[in-house]
This record gives sequence, structure tokens and C-alpha cells, in this order.
Amino acid sequence: MTLNRRDFIKTSVGAAGLAATAGLAGCATTRSGSSGPKVVVVGAGFGGATFSRYIKLWAPQAQVTLIEPNAHFTSCPFSNTVLAGINKMEDISLPYDYLKKIVDNFVPDTVTAIDTTKQTVTTAGGKTFAYDKLVLAGGIELLFDKVQGYDAETRKTIKHAWKASADQTGVLRQQLEAMPDGGTFVMSVPMSPYRCPPGPYERACMVASYFKRAKPKSKVIVLDGNPDIASKKGLFLAAWKKHFGYGTDNSMIDYRPNNMPRAVDAKAMKVSTEFDDVKGDVINVVPPMRAAAVCGMAGVRDGNNGNWCTIDYLTFESKVVKNVHILGDSALTNFPKSGSVANNTGKMCAYALSEQFAGRPADPAPVVTNTCYSGTGMGTAFHVATVFRWNDEKKSLVPPKDANGVSAEESEIEMAYMESWAKNVWADTLGLPVNYAYTAKG
Amino acid sequence: MKKSLITGLIVAGTLGVALSAHADPRTRFMAANCSYCHGPDGKSRGAIPSLTGLEPGYFVQQMKAFRDGSRPSTVMKKHANGYSDAEFEAMAKYFASIK
Repeated sequence: MTLNRRDFIKTSVGAAGLAATAGLAGCATTRSGSSGPKVVVVGAGFGGATFSRYIKLWAPQAQVTLIEPNAHFTSCPFSNTVLAGINKMEDISLPYDYLKKIVDNFVPDTVTAIDTTKQTVTTAGGKTFAYDKLVLAGGIELLFDKVQGYDAETRKTIKHAWKASADQTGVLRQQLEAMPDGGTFVMSVPMSPYRCPPGPYERACMVASYFKRAKPKSKVIVLDGNPDIASKKGLFLAAWKKHFGYGTDNSMIDYRPNNMPRAVDAKAMKVSTEFDDVKGDVINVVPPMRAAAVCGMAGVRDGNNGNWCTIDYLTFESKVVKNVHILGDSALTNFPKSGSVANNTGKMCAYALSEQFAGRPADPAPVVTNTCYSGTGMGTAFHVATVFRWNDEKKSLVPPKDANGVSAEESEIEMAYMESWAKNVWADTLGLPVNYAYTAKG
Repeated sequence: MKKSLITGLIVAGTLGVALSAHADPRTRFMAANCSYCHGPDGKSRGAIPSLTGLEPGYFVQQMKAFRDGSRPSTVMKKHANGYSDAEFEAMAKYFASIK
């Protein structure tokens, strides 16, 4: 008989896995076959892909099905460099080929229904998957109907580019390239909490850097729904002043807080706030957002007026539905909605579930970190870095003393680190080999 | 004789695999926390230094130097402030054990 390595792992470790899983209430007898607990992961972004890779490392007996509609991974972190003209879409696009070899079943499909009583997930392709543990890592759902006029026709012209893709980030870059010198780029910042808190302010830098190089008479108008710059405020203000004349009559950036876009008009090319109408040659409105649609299907959007998902910090299990775990931007936590957090909390959830599968409780006092770089488009970058540790009084993960902070100032070395971060987090998330040929640059 | 040697090697080999696969799960997870910047298994793909194979004493000394500020850093002071000395030592041993 021939037995490949994968079958060997499945059969030999699977038996141990089954014994360990017997401790999981109700699951083992009805759902787990002879080959370990069934784990269904929805979404192969930073959270879902990382979780899948690490649960196979730390609990190889788990039978992992990963459901993802996109043919390849496109990185939101670093996508603002495409708007600056530093990288192209292909540079921030990476293959799922390595991940496909790691998980037991990679399903290129879209989830259409979740039954949390029967513990099944159904896809558009008509397949149904039973689970012992469901991991929802679907990112965000954009709420276009919260902005008047942001219909399907308008969306052909006005892009959000808050989920990176050729049709969003790629088209927005083409629009910026086609804009004449002296034109106006109008962009918006959604109300907190939103995906990637520093992202909009970095976008203002990146587009202004492109204008400075190629179209110096052009302007960036930032319409911020928040009362102030929501992340790395001092560093962004310093960068805007240093590179783009912010605070002078010739500023390339016009920042307007408390300016929530209420309506968009693609024919008149204008954005309306409560105060006035703002005309632009290129318009980029990020609508309000909430936890991914799959979280709605599972009934786990219980927090923040039904928009986000509350979780148990030790396991990332939903507070309202058992055996459903929520990763990344969909979760309502103390952590910023960053790629680094999605990646690291993917590992944290894999750690907790691997302990449970081995018949042990999840670590009662875990530690997890975030490091998030923002680029200026001018060869420099800066960071925010935080360690979160379990705090028994608060029943939450919070930064210990002096374990949270930002750069003293922007620097070239941090731009090199930002580029290195991107390559390492892509490798860590997607299982890319050490010699993978990246093309992205800082 | 020959057979027992081969058996011995197989046992040693299996034991080695078992040891790395069953490293203390908490340490393994804490070390994995570093990999989004320092690369999977501490093998960096860019300007950020690799951690794999560093001498454990050096690793611990550098983490303490980041914490007290005697080694200047960008992000590392904040990270160093978040861990105990015992955790530095556990992570140091883990990264040193990776080939």
C-alpha cells in the first residue's frame, strides 16, 4: 500500500485528535469522523489564512476547509502605494498556491448560508460543509445605502478602494493618472471604528506625493467623518507640513474634520456633507461599514448597534453563538482593525483551539501584539506598536505600562522596515517560501 | 549491530521531530507573535533582522537593552516592555532551536 505524507499525518495523528476532541461537548460523536475535528474557515485574508496555516501546524489532526471567493490574495496594507504610483496591483497580489497545499480542502466559492444549529455552511456552488468549529474571517461589509446616491451605477465611477482589487484600487489609480494637473481629489474617512485607522491619512499622503511629483498644482481634500485625525495624528500632521505645505496657503492637503459624506453624485462629480457640496475631478468615498456579511448569516453581529461582533478574548468565540469564532476586522475588540492584528489574532485563535483539541483549556492569560506602519510616499514611514496582555481585573487584553506608542518621527529606516514587514506578513499569512520572488517595493 | 544502530537512529530522529512539534505551546505562540515582522519561524525576507538561530544569551541581552533604552530602537522598546525576563528566555531558547 502506498501512503503519502499527508495521509500518514491524517491517520496517525487523527486517532489522537479524536480522543482529545471527545472533551468537546456534543461535537465528537456526531461530527468528527476518524480524522479529527472539522474546522471550516470563511475568508482567506490576513485573519483566516493565518489561522488556517497555524491550526494545521499546531493541531495537524484538524480537518480544515477554507472557503474563499477570490482567485488570489490582494493586500490592503501597501495598497496606498499603488495610488502613489510606487507599486502596481500585481506587486500587492500574491498566490494562494502554498496555502492550498496546507489546508485539507480549499474551496473557491462564496458562502450563502450558515446554520448555527445544524452547524453547517452552504456555498453559492451548492455545497454544504459540516463544522465542529466555524471561523469567520470575512473582513468588512460596506454599507453603500448609508450614502445617498451611492448606487451600482455611481459605483462604476466613484471607488472606495477600501477592499483592494483591480476594480477598486486599480481603477482609482487610473483615474488619478487621467486627472489633469490642477485637479482636485476628494476622499473621505469613515466614522470609527473602521478598517485600518491610519489608512485614510496615509492615503492623503500617498496621493499628495504622486501629485507633488507629477501634478504639483493639484489638491487633496480630506472629508473626515470623525472630529479629528483618528490615528497617528502628530506624525501625519508633521508629514503633511514637511512634504505638502500643510498649514500654509499653498497646502496640497485640505483636511476637514466633522465632514461626513451624506450623498454622492457621479454626474455632477460632487460629495455633499451636512455643510456643503464639494466638487472633485476624482472622488473616493469610503462608506460606513460593519462586520462581514457572513457574520450576519451566523447571527453574531451583536455589538455596537448590531454592526460588529463581540468575542471572548481567550478563544475569539462569539459571545452569542457557540462554536463560531470571529477574526480580524469583523470583531469588536480593544485592538485596531489592522492586518497585523488579523494575522496575530489568527494565530491566537489557532493556539486556543489547538489547546482545546488536545483536551486542555485555552491559555488563560495570552499576550498578542500589533505593529502598524504608515508610509508618507516620500521615502519615509512611521509606526504604532502595542503589546496587549490579559488583564484579570478588566477581563480583557490591554497594553502594560509603556508597551504602546508611536515613532518619535518619520524616517527612511522605518520605510525599509515597512517593506520588510509587508514581505514577512504576506509570507506568514500565506505560507510563502523563503525564496519567494516579491516585486513590491517601499 | 547494524540493525540496532539503524533502529537507534530512527528512534532519535522521531524523538527530534516529536520535541520540536511539542515545544511548549505558549512559547511557540509567543514566538509566532514576532513572525509578522521577523518572518515565519523568525526567518526574515527583508531589512528586519532574522531571529532564527540567534545565540540565546544574545537574544535576552538585546531584549533587555531595548527595554532599558541602552540599545536605541524604533518599535522594539514598546515590544520589550510587554514581556517578562522569563518570557525573553523562553523565546530565546525557541528561536535558537530552529534550524
